[in-house]
Amino acid sequence: MDIRQVTETIAMIEEQNFDVRTITMGISLLDCIDTDIDRVAEKVYNKVVSKASNLVKVGDEIAAELGIPIVNKRVSVTPISLIGAATDATDYVPIAKALDKAAHEIGVDFIGGFSALVQKGYQKGDEILINSIPKALAVTDKVCSSVNIGSTKSGINMTAVRDMGRVIKETAELSEMGPAKLVVFANAVEDNPFMAGAFHGVGEADVVINVGVSGPGVVKRALEKVRGESFDVVAETVKKTAFKITRIGQLVGQMASERLGVKFGIVDLSLAPTPAVGDSVARVLEEMGLETVGTHGTTAALALLNDQVKKGGVMACNQVGGLSGAFIPVSEDEGMIAAVQNGSLNLEKLEAMTAICSVGLDMIAIPEDTPYETIAAMIADEAAIGVINQKTTAVRIIPKGKEGDMIEFGGLLGTAPVMKVNKNSSADFIARGGQIPAPIHSFKN
Amino acid sequence: MKAIITVVGKDRTGIVAGVSAKIAELGLNIDDISQTVLDEFFTMMAVVSSDEKKDFTKLRSEFEAYGETLNVKINIQSSAIFDAMHNL
Repeated sequence: MDIRQVTETIAMIEEQNFDVRTITMGISLLDCIDTDIDRVAEKVYNKVVSKASNLVKVGDEIAAELGIPIVNKRVSVTPISLIGAATDATDYVPIAKALDKAAHEIGVDFIGGFSALVQKGYQKGDEILINSIPKALAVTDKVCSSVNIGSTKSGINMTAVRDMGRVIKETAELSEMGPAKLVVFANAVEDNPFMAGAFHGVGEADVVINVGVSGPGVVKRALEKVRGESFDVVAETVKKTAFKITRIGQLVGQMASERLGVKFGIVDLSLAPTPAVGDSVARVLEEMGLETVGTHGTTAALALLNDQVKKGGVMACNQVGGLSGAFIPVSEDEGMIAAVQNGSLNLEKLEAMTAICSVGLDMIAIPEDTPYETIAAMIADEAAIGVINQKTTAVRIIPKGKEGDMIEFGGLLGTAPVMKVNKNSSADFIARGGQIPAPIHSFKN
Repeated sequence: MKAIITVVGKDRTGIVAGVSAKIAELGLNIDDISQTVLDEFFTMMAVVSSDEKKDFTKLRSEFEAYGETLNVKINIQSSAIFDAMHNL
């Protein structure tokens, strides 16, 4: 081992905020289905606690051994709409409470999977789950919720889009943090380790370990060394850096899987920022030569970053999955916050950026008087981008305060400036409901 | 276990001697050792091993505390992290 390589790794961790963002244990709850909601809640609690009781301990051990922070330990579960459907309950809040109690008991940061997949229509449990979301997120601390309302194979369920616009508003009315724990997806993935959108797909093994890495600061530092060079050099630099970062995700996943006796699922290659200075995706884009993120050229810069991260990361791992790309949350990225505040970055540009990155409109605060139909229409736009481009898109927006206010979430969720929203109505568009059909290029059989 | 100890700080007499003694005191064997000056800082790296499983949290706090007495920063990490990142 070369001394320079060793000091390079240590500098990544100590100076450039490189960390493993999350070890997420996916747990199937299909064997907890029962006709009685209280028995379901009891079984759910018992299964999560029995499978994940050592997750935090093992995560902390690995962090100490490798000398790298593992910031979050999380659990994702089977979409609760499927688990609750056999009961005659009219809301699934008791299951959310059981998940929350289990998360507190085992000490994980979040538990995801208060979810429903409704891209083509509602089954019995779906509508009950969706209507339970506002209260479930208000009475729990650690439960995260997601709803998939569209897919390339199915099109977009515009009735669900309308309902989710309303649910986001109600969630914001019932709790301050609720909307930050709720994601509306198109093309949701079943092995995502990141919150708030993680759930454990029914095609997965009973229990798996998925890992998400971070490291925008490392990419930025690498790019600082190639200032003025051509994009060929930039692309190669991002790819090599992503490879190094992701190798650590692979290592941590392997170690966690062995020690917990659980199958290793995937490494998610996403570059996840935090509000800390030096841990920003926006600053990586600016390092490529943009005065401020949001200006012309931003979409191209993000496209290069996203693609090269994938190319480097794919080579570094056995199995890649989750969302795997650059995240562009506003509140969790000090560079994005600064760009919104100086007027360079607006909602329309963010929407364009979501066409080529891994997620969507993420952690964006909008005025609390925004009509639910406008929120639904934002969801529809994002879903259309995802469905047509055969990629995941998501909306996690927070209707709170008025334009120009700053909304504090604290911790990894950061601070969000309330952004300007187009005030012209989308109400008649959203009132229609029904299904936008799947695109022609989805018919591949 | 196999680990890599790094020592970074302003050069002075007795760093190698002191750190080596501490490594021995903690029951670790030095497999390889090298040092250089990087960015004006004395930088030393020692590959250490032990037949026994060691508690990294304890080792880390021992070395951190000892580093403070020499006015250097001492890190200990499993060699796995460096192998994963730099060796194919």
